Amino acid sequence: MPGTWITTRAWLLMLPLLVVMIAVIGWPLVDTVRLSFTDAKLVGTAGGFIGLDNYAKMLGGSNFQRALITTTCFAVVSVAAEMVLGVLAALLLNQQFRGRTALRALMILPWALPTVVNATLWRLIYNPEYGALNAALTQLGLLESYRSWLGEPGSALAALIVADCWKNFPLVALIALAALQAVPRDITAAALVDGAGPLNRFRYVTMPYLAGPLLVALVLRTIEAFKVFDIIWVMTRGGPANSTRTLSILVYQEAFSFQRAGSGASLALIVTLLVTILAVAYAALLRKAAGAS
Amino acid sequence: MERQTPLFTAFVYLGALLLAIVILAPLAWLFVMSISSAADLSAKPLNWWPDEIDLSRYRALLSTIENTAGAAFVASLLNSLKVAGMATLAAVAVAIPAAWAVSRTATVSWSLYAVIATYMLPPVALAVPLYMGLAYFGLLNSVFGLALVYLTILAPFTTWLLKSGFDSIPREIESAAMIDGARLDQILRLLTLPLAAPVMATSALFAFLLAWDEFFYALLFTSDLRAKTLTVAIADLAGGRVSDYGLIATAGVLAALPPVLIGLVMQRALISGLTSGGVKG
Repeated sequence: MPGTWITTRAWLLMLPLLVVMIAVIGWPLVDTVRLSFTDAKLVGTAGGFIGLDNYAKMLGGSNFQRALITTTCFAVVSVAAEMVLGVLAALLLNQQFRGRTALRALMILPWALPTVVNATLWRLIYNPEYGALNAALTQLGLLESYRSWLGEPGSALAALIVADCWKNFPLVALIALAALQAVPRDITAAALVDGAGPLNRFRYVTMPYLAGPLLVALVLRTIEAFKVFDIIWVMTRGGPANSTRTLSILVYQEAFSFQRAGSGASLALIVTLLVTILAVAYAALLRKAAGAS
Repeated sequence: MERQTPLFTAFVYLGALLLAIVILAPLAWLFVMSISSAADLSAKPLNWWPDEIDLSRYRALLSTIENTAGAAFVASLLNSLKVAGMATLAAVAVAIPAAWAVSRTATVSWSLYAVIATYMLPPVALAVPLYMGLAYFGLLNSVFGLALVYLTILAPFTTWLLKSGFDSIPREIESAAMIDGARLDQILRLLTLPLAAPVMATSALFAFLLAWDEFFYALLFTSDLRAKTLTVAIADLAGGRVSDYGLIATAGVLAALPPVLIGLVMQRALISGLTSGGVKG
């Protein structure tokens, strides 16, 4: 069968998907670019061309800079904590003990819990008047009086990061565990016979098997964390005093709360560009890692 | 590992206990809140276990008497089912032929990367034109409009999953049938699709969970009982002036039940799905 027909047939089979993707992804993306050069409002005025004004206003504004710092802080700290906790939990689950299968099944639960339910749950736990965290800490004698964990700029972001980590580290743990189970037992045994200590065994025997899957998890989690919206919206709406306002929350406020579609679009594209840079950098890193192993 | 000192074993059990507590404590508390009376929940010091088990909120939320919290909750539950169901069906329908084509045709395999790249796009990059477009076609606050928007997430996702599913079915089977004179539609209908049925079911379930979980677009594009989904209804409860925290917790338990049950039942498929990309690469 000629190759050109096979290629044509493939495109024909992909046609429905392409039509859908152009309608709901391609066209909106192009229209966001167009809007970003206008002063359009969300409802009513179509707006006129104003060049790069939106970009200049957004990039120069302190709101953007602060949201960028908040987002980076959230992404770096929560992803790093998820990686460390995930690997530790995976190393534990890779040991032989009774109840291991049940514990591994439990790890599915936080992952399966809907993001909004997780955010609601932690909002209740952090409640300043009746929350379980305040109750537990005061009853244990660790806290003098009840605190408003989400109501104080000093603790709100940290409280959010804890809630996000709790939901996401089990996923990293499951990915890492699958990788650990691929480490051949005879290599570990040989390293033991050769007298390698636990740290050296981890570094030279286990790590090469872990690195690839962990890197993939790192990429996906960082990109997700950089786009974070749901958990923050439900728990703090970006407050108090905008201390948890990430980039996605800022875009939402600009485009939908203030209905400034034009400047909202320009901000959304800046965020998209940042995510793309992250993704491309990571892809290069992945390719390098794949080449090395 | 063979060499295990008693100290090491004790350390492992301690760690396992700690991990179990970390995972279970918040979930258990969500459940306890849902069955505690309002008085128990506002007691100081807090009652960690209710004196009397109170199931009234489950009855209240699942009742369909008009103009109650229950009617609103049931309506949002049905909306979530409709939106997630329609979006999943549509996504699988467009993804199956595309995924098969990408899996079997080397010359177009690059297009999969373009599809995956769109999956990385932040939703805010599409939200404004989608809002204007839905408004133009009168599809704001409609389950159809929201299901259409969910294709932005579900279509690339299911294509990606199904493509790796088709990859695992040997193409030699298809070649053999072709040599025997079978037409392409016969091969797909009688051979490939039945073999891929488990993968298609798994992909559909994951897509459904993704739609069930979605919040951002639902928040933007729905406004009342006609289309509001469960995630938005729960966020409203959590952010509103509801003084009964037990009611919020109950709504959370009910919304979490379907995905948690699916997650537990599908563990094996889930873990292999999570790791297939990672372990191979």
